[in-house]
Amino acid sequence: MDDLMLESGQRAKIKTDAVNLYYGNFQALRNVTMDIAECAITAIIGPSGCGKSSLLRLFNRMNDPIPGVRVEGKILLDDVSIYDKSMDVVALKKRVGMVFQKPNPFPMSVYDNMAFGPRHHGIKQRARLDEIVERNLSQVALWDEVKDKLKESAFDLSPGQQQRLCIARALAVEPEVLLMDESCSALDPESTMQVEGLMEELAQKYTIIIVTHSMEQAARVSHMTAFMMMDHDRAGTLVEYAPTAEIFANPKDKRTEDYITGRFG
Amino acid sequence: MRINAKTSEKIAKCLIWTAALLVIAILFSIIAHILIKGIPMISWQFLTDIPRDMGRSGGISSSIVGTLIVTAVAVIVATPFGIGTAIYLTEYTRESRVTRIIRFSAESLAGIPSIVYGLFGFIFFVIYLKMGWSILSGGLTMAIMILPTIIRTSEEAIRTVPQLYREVGFSLGLTKWQTITRTVLPSALPGIVNGVILSIGRCVAETAAVILTAGSALRMPTSIFSPTRTMAVHFYILAREGISMDNAYGTAALLIILILLLNVGFNMLVNRFIAKGR
Repeated sequence: MDDLMLESGQRAKIKTDAVNLYYGNFQALRNVTMDIAECAITAIIGPSGCGKSSLLRLFNRMNDPIPGVRVEGKILLDDVSIYDKSMDVVALKKRVGMVFQKPNPFPMSVYDNMAFGPRHHGIKQRARLDEIVERNLSQVALWDEVKDKLKESAFDLSPGQQQRLCIARALAVEPEVLLMDESCSALDPESTMQVEGLMEELAQKYTIIIVTHSMEQAARVSHMTAFMMMDHDRAGTLVEYAPTAEIFANPKDKRTEDYITGRFG
Repeated sequence: MRINAKTSEKIAKCLIWTAALLVIAILFSIIAHILIKGIPMISWQFLTDIPRDMGRSGGISSSIVGTLIVTAVAVIVATPFGIGTAIYLTEYTRESRVTRIIRFSAESLAGIPSIVYGLFGFIFFVIYLKMGWSILSGGLTMAIMILPTIIRTSEEAIRTVPQLYREVGFSLGLTKWQTITRTVLPSALPGIVNGVILSIGRCVAETAAVILTAGSALRMPTSIFSPTRTMAVHFYILAREGISMDNAYGTAALLIILILLLNVGFNMLVNRFIAKGR
């Protein structure tokens, strides 16, 4: 299984080993084994319903509240199993942040959106909050645009700005991993380019995993690409996992080739 | 005979307009009638003096105080239970036999005539718990009466909060309870407040159940164990027994003004503090 391995010298931040995911009787993922490189962008692509988002949501246990959910196999974050009983799920979510498909600021001011996470993790001093807000808004290149509108409603920002705000809000709790679930699909091309540029910058500090419908996006920004597909029984499987350049130039699996050349999906 | 689409459109429009205008006309004529007859009666003395000579003269200050406190007791008791139940139904259970029973009970409670609540309050609070005719008995009875309204409006308000807010809350490392109190409830608050206002209106307007539980004493209440006569009851007795139609209108006018003020006031509060993010 050498195509599941990372290039030499790259440390694996997350490892999955033979992961099966069930929703009740329905198997959503089958035997997913992959290592996810630290401080890099990993893209998960594949046709609708192939389990991309389900896989992504395993990494911060976002699937937990779903009725009848069951996980088999191992998922390790820094070599610690995150599905162990002893795992502190709240602490895990703090380490593994998430950005969603649609921009979803809370109905509060820009500042309160940014301070939301830190406040609930016990940071109360105004000066420290101010610093966190500014630093993280700067990280997403939003500070100059909104520094005079911190007290205004986050809904007054453009969708592109809102999405960058949501990224900054996730970063404000200082995660190590950032999960992005089709985070550009609701944005116009210009905002998409902006967010993509941002991802590349953030990848120097954070481990980023994106789920995307856009193969172009995967090709543009990611270092590693995982291609997933549905089995005959609709369970998602990992078909091919390789450095992005390789998978797009020289796919090993016929199904990968068909997908990326646009023959289906 | 066939009517073409344009004509039927016109007829439909006409009918809808008539219906709407009629409703507004009825509402306005009732309110106008009462305000025109009642407002001249309202004076400083009317507001500050207690009723004298069975309400023929004097004011209605004790009734105003009684109304406000009975309503306050009801809202203070019912709101936490109502919101709690709504949170339980929306966030902590899946649809099951239990939730269906709770929902069915709440809906059945909402359909019971208020006099039945009054009778229950009379037997349970006034007699069995020996609270007597008192603001407390009346307030608790009203609390039970408005509980279904608060449960249902809160439940609806909580359900309309986008699922995404909860996910964002979880993803930022909040516990379930924190997610509910910090993201879900603030977003649902306008709807919840709406339900509370509706309930306040029902408490203020209630007569039958209050007579049976809070009594109809004209004295100024001194504690929540005193009996009282709410404004709606006062109005009812003045009119029913032909004591003073003038003072009845005055009381009714004040009642309407009170409810309007409550509505406007709460809406302003909501707009100012809660819907700020919109």
